[in-house]
Amino acid sequence: MKEILIRPERCMGCRSCEIACAVEHSQTKSLFGAVAEKPVPRKRVYVEFAPEYSISVPMVCRHCEDAPCVSVCATGALSQDGIIRVVTHDMEACIGCWTCASVCNYGMIGRNKEQRIAIKCDWCPDLELPACVSACHTGALVYKEVEEFSGSKRAEAALKLARGVTAGESR
Amino acid sequence: MVKNVYERSVDPATRAMLLEADRAGIETAWDRFEKQQPQCGFGQLGICCRNCNMGPCRIDPFGEGPEKGVCGATADIIVARNLLRMIAAGAAAHSDHARDAVLAFKQMAEGKAQSYQIKDDAKLNALAAEYNISTEDRSKEEVALDLANVLLSEFGKQTGPIQFTRRAPEKRLKIWEAVGIEPRGIDREIVECMHRTHMGVDNDPVHLLLQGLRTGLADGWGGSMIATDVQDVLFGTPTPTMSESNLGVLKSDEVNIIVHGHEPILSEMIVAAAEDPEMIALAKKMGAKGISVAGICCTGNEVLMRHGVPAAGNFLQQELAVITGAVEAMVVDVQCVMPALGSLASCYHTKFISTSPKADFPGTVRMEYHEEKALDTAKEIVKTAVENYANRDAGRVNIPKDKSACMVGFSAEAILGALGGTPQPLIEAIVSGAVKGVGAVVGCNNPKVQHDYGHLNLVRELIKNDVLVVTTGCNAIACAKAGLLKPEAAKEAGPGLRAVCESLGVPPVLHMGSCVDISRILVLAAALANHLGVDISDLPAAGAAPEWMSEKAVSIGAYVIASGVYTVLGTVPPVLGSPKVTGVLTKGVGDVVGATFAVEPDPFKAAGLMIGHIQEKRKGLGLKT
Ligand code: SF4
Ligand code: SF4
Repeated sequence: MKEILIRPERCMGCRSCEIACAVEHSQTKSLFGAVAEKPVPRKRVYVEFAPEYSISVPMVCRHCEDAPCVSVCATGALSQDGIIRVVTHDMEACIGCWTCASVCNYGMIGRNKEQRIAIKCDWCPDLELPACVSACHTGALVYKEVEEFSGSKRAEAALKLARGVTAGESR
Repeated sequence: MVKNVYERSVDPATRAMLLEADRAGIETAWDRFEKQQPQCGFGQLGICCRNCNMGPCRIDPFGEGPEKGVCGATADIIVARNLLRMIAAGAAAHSDHARDAVLAFKQMAEGKAQSYQIKDDAKLNALAAEYNISTEDRSKEEVALDLANVLLSEFGKQTGPIQFTRRAPEKRLKIWEAVGIEPRGIDREIVECMHRTHMGVDNDPVHLLLQGLRTGLADGWGGSMIATDVQDVLFGTPTPTMSESNLGVLKSDEVNIIVHGHEPILSEMIVAAAEDPEMIALAKKMGAKGISVAGICCTGNEVLMRHGVPAAGNFLQQELAVITGAVEAMVVDVQCVMPALGSLASCYHTKFISTSPKADFPGTVRMEYHEEKALDTAKEIVKTAVENYANRDAGRVNIPKDKSACMVGFSAEAILGALGGTPQPLIEAIVSGAVKGVGAVVGCNNPKVQHDYGHLNLVRELIKNDVLVVTTGCNAIACAKAGLLKPEAAKEAGPGLRAVCESLGVPPVLHMGSCVDISRILVLAAALANHLGVDISDLPAAGAAPEWMSEKAVSIGAYVIASGVYTVLGTVPPVLGSPKVTGVLTKGVGDVVGATFAVEPDPFKAAGLMIGHIQEKRKGLGLKT
């Protein structure tokens, strides 16, 4: 299963992912149309700034394997697909009790102000690549299988270690 | 990729060269445009501000995040300020070009620029009369010097009026005065835009936009008009002439020199130098059959209009010209020259020669020109190109065969001349309904639009509906390539327009020149309005820029609507982040100057909007629709 994974060291804080997310979840699915829509299209990805480190981090729903938001949802508005694991939210069933927001460790439950219900990432069902990922120019967001993502991180780390070994030999 | 090529352009020569680029693994503006996708939403909506270092600030277009910049500027303020800066840049580009033309004219009058002469005495005298400069018992040069000095003073004037604004109908002048948008001096308006948009100065969107209109007018009826008229005196007022257009004008057995950019000051000299027998002999010695000059963008239009020098292509074809492998020198001055040409030229034998003291690019051979020795520099440039012929790799030459004949050179004077010296016959045709009205279609190319698709479809729709089209800039070149500037193109026009064109032997689309020559369209519109005793905004006329991209186009848009002409834009300007500014431009401004903007990317629908507007104006004048 592919995930939206984060490489925070690459985030420039441009918020392009946020705009692309709101546009993808608009009626017209176009930027110029979306800005004029009512209800206002809402984003589901959040660029958070950590001032201590002067670093921006794009935060996006983890679609947790054992999703607390789904376990606590009283109306069944939040549900998880058994195979692809995507956690989706049924607007009709949501009563806006915010229990999900209380248990999400990442603050990924947003609020649709007009309808007063929860709103969250749906991995863009109409797109091959989620809108936030294709909007990211620096590759801070990637859409990959964990195995592949961790594999390449592992390879990178291994390379660093290997360099250390050779440097040691030559000394 | 092959599919891509078809999506990128409707022009066969362009498609052929894009295939060649793909084969050679060479990147073009279209590839770079793709790599930029998706483009920044804040930028597209105009809601980012970098005008001070508390910023950059951005407004959340969806209302969840910040609604104000650090200083408190709202989306409305930021969008209006950004737009005003675009207008200032555009007006500056046209007007600084004009300044150089006047400075060259002045040096000529003082006898310091031997390469230049007065080519149009009648126009010199007409301009002198407008400025009350006496011509009696005076040499042409004396008159020219006086004229140069008063024209130069238009730039630095503080309280107006800019003399050429007086060409506008009385009613228009009254509106400008009442609204407070009569320009006071060309440089003053541009400087004031920069001042007003500095942090903490003008922060009222409507107030800012009015300054935009005033600055636009300083361009259209000031800088641009001065550029056109001085260039006419120096190089001749265009008259109808035949030529050819598209990359197929490049020669496989001659030295090809491309002049690209916007000014005729040097390109005129290059055209002359390329005809020098000494240079031709040198070319023959190098194994070439001769020397061929072709143009791109408005430098191209300037020499096309006056000398019938063929146009190799419009804006998005500049890289493709190099990719033919047959260009010995790409000679550029200012504006719309892609810095990409440097690395591209290094993949070929092409010498990328920059000539303006103001403009240099990576990878150029620098051959700066100055008025005093313009022809000498031009000869040196031509010589460099000719000698470079030896480096041409015949195996890499791939010139598309596509080109089309075109009739060009329709200055306002030429159009009135063709009509017998008065606009009356055109007015009669409009009154009878044979010609429904006039559509001015201008502007750039932009990879956001399939190349030439917007231009050609809009123009074809208009002429089919008996709307006479006047054109300049890259739209004009698009039309030339597609055969719409041939008199035979009258066949594509509706029956009324067709009959008028056939009786006069002119095409249904009249090439009026470069982008600064949109001033010719203003002069023509003023002549029609004055003849009818109405305002420009009463005329059955509409404008369009189907593929615009440059800041100059924004300034043009500003002066065209301030002059009373409804204008349809084919690409979306960065204003939609502000409902207020969008509302003013598409509606509110109409109450003030009698014309508005519309945005319509579909050229067929855009034509519909223009025709609808023309019909409404016909009704207003009591003409049958
Ligand atoms: S909303 Fe929070 S708890 Fe629910 S799946 Fe996403 S990250 Fe996990
Ligand atoms: S001028 Fe205002 S909006 Fe612009 S960068 Fe400065 S603080 Fe931000």
